[in-house]
Amino acid sequence: MPIKFPFSRRAAPTDAWTMCPSCESQIFNRQLERNLRVCPTCGHHFRMSIGERIDLLLDESSFVERDAGLESGDPLGFHDQKPYPERLEASRLKTGLRDAAVWGTGRIDGRTVAIGLFDFRFMGGSMGSVVGEKLARCFEAALAERIPAIVVSASGGARMQEGTLSLLQLAKTTAPLGRLDAAGVPFISILTDPTTGGVLASFASLGDLILAEPKALIGFAGARVASGTVGEELPEGFQSAESLLEHGFVDQVVPRSELRSVLSRSLRLLPVAPVDDGEGTNGDGRGWGPIGVLSGIAERLGGAVSETIGIEVEKVPERGGAEEPPA
Amino acid sequence: MTNGTPLTVSPTPTPEAVEAAWRRVQLARHPQRPRTLDLVPRIFDDFLEMHGDRSFRDDPAIVGGPALLEGRAVMVIGHQKGNDTDSNIFRNFGSPYPEGFRKAQRLMRLADKLGMPVLTFLDTAGAFPGPAAEERGQAEAIASSIKLMTGLQVPIVVTILGEGGSGGALAIGVGDIVLALENAVYSVISPEGCAAILWRSAAAAPMAAAAMRMTAAEQLELGVVDEVIDEPGEGAHADHAATAASVKKAILAALGRVSQLETEALLASRYARLRGIGLVRETERPARPSEVPSLRRRIGRLLHLPGIPSRPRWSEIWPSGDDGTEKDEGGA
Repeated sequence: MPIKFPFSRRAAPTDAWTMCPSCESQIFNRQLERNLRVCPTCGHHFRMSIGERIDLLLDESSFVERDAGLESGDPLGFHDQKPYPERLEASRLKTGLRDAAVWGTGRIDGRTVAIGLFDFRFMGGSMGSVVGEKLARCFEAALAERIPAIVVSASGGARMQEGTLSLLQLAKTTAPLGRLDAAGVPFISILTDPTTGGVLASFASLGDLILAEPKALIGFAGARVASGTVGEELPEGFQSAESLLEHGFVDQVVPRSELRSVLSRSLRLLPVAPVDDGEGTNGDGRGWGPIGVLSGIAERLGGAVSETIGIEVEKVPERGGAEEPPA
Repeated sequence: MTNGTPLTVSPTPTPEAVEAAWRRVQLARHPQRPRTLDLVPRIFDDFLEMHGDRSFRDDPAIVGGPALLEGRAVMVIGHQKGNDTDSNIFRNFGSPYPEGFRKAQRLMRLADKLGMPVLTFLDTAGAFPGPAAEERGQAEAIASSIKLMTGLQVPIVVTILGEGGSGGALAIGVGDIVLALENAVYSVISPEGCAAILWRSAAAAPMAAAAMRMTAAEQLELGVVDEVIDEPGEGAHADHAATAASVKKAILAALGRVSQLETEALLASRYARLRGIGLVRETERPARPSEVPSLRRRIGRLLHLPGIPSRPRWSEIWPSGDDGTEKDEGGA
């Protein structure tokens, strides 16, 4: 681990430019960051860190990390070419994270959500006990606080170094989703490059709404596993976000520049179900009666929300006007 | 907070341990090992096989239907490998397509409707990974099977007969009690796959098998399996009838235990079982990497300039670096 001095002359030319793996154009790093890590030439979506993802999706300074101290053990005493604890430590130094996922609460245009996020650089974003625990707690908090749950996935799958304990994280993270169903709390799954294996074969495929980033690699089996087992190469672009959309496993492919606004609209369009308070109104005191509809209209005319979610708001005439034929 | 207590083992498995683990894998894959349909007629008094997912086709790699166990109706669902080349090709070597899992889901819903306990039998190298399986949503089929099982209102007893291969096994393997035959194995990825990724050589499969602690005895120690069923003589392949008798006895005992629970308690204990799996340490919240604010920010803050946040942005705390270098450490 090289020691970084705050004022060292680290900005060598090699650090200032990144080559786009898709169109091979050279992108100035500052420009790449300003462009949300999307290639300005061809639109290739580079992977994002958890920090960049939070800044992209959540209201400024609204994110509060929870369970930051959770840490992996080495339940199997796993040792391949390197011991598991050494691999963990290397990933920690590289990313500044404790494990491959982080969860917390934050706001999107003022609406509070529970959100989990992955960093693929931490051991391939693999899900072991800690990642599973964080996501399960994220879903349980969404349930207890009746706020929508969101997970931004980027993972190679279950973490081999924790064996079947990792495999069972598929069930551990999926079990709370049944409770969210019963309680009427929505779960939005966002698939980014890459989302494969056990993460896709559990909660990530079970979003009430599933969004994916353009060209993201999304599939059950890695290309190597597939060609090794089946003896045939997967066709080009087969496990892409666009292919999943075509086959009906993703609701929308959303470019990164629109992700936040689509997410914000989704939260409004898929609200947490009202709690039955026995008075025939829903949770926020609004039914479909005249007063409820009026307060809905008032909210829309309020503009503050509608502006940020990018929906065209048409002027609604005063009370009763809607039924009358236009003059 | 865990079932997954650390195993007390030496960091690198001894050559003897590697050989022992690999022998178990070979036994679990033995061509004469009893399959689901070999055991079903020996365990149950009647069995009516049901076919098809009512959506696409019937997947012969998963079999199932209602059966009578000591006169009581239960739902049986299991992977089905073949016993020779022809039957293995017909059964796709016991590796299900998405429609196999969707058939299983249909049978589970029926069991739920009629209040019948669900008994599953695991014996697969894994869910089939080919293009057609991807196209029809292999991941979604596994995920929704797992989710369905976590909420079924009837008792579920899982028995691992041979290979418990990753997501394809877990898709019908979420249970209140998990039994395993002595020479069965259970793993997150096949030892060959693990070896190819972490050792970069399929020849390291025995090493990978030992490192993943995939034998029934080790899975018992990890809390993933609740009970190991002894096999007759040199292994289950030697005596199907005796194996069936032991499996039947273990299933009856397990059903006796879980059937005493009311539905709510049953679901709560299944949830608690899953929530407790894994080894997690609660430590202090880590110190954030010290931030060296830029000159622009320091001046901006001092002068309260607009557009300069008072707190560091998260992208400064967790920035991105070079990506994509860790492809091979990931998961399955």
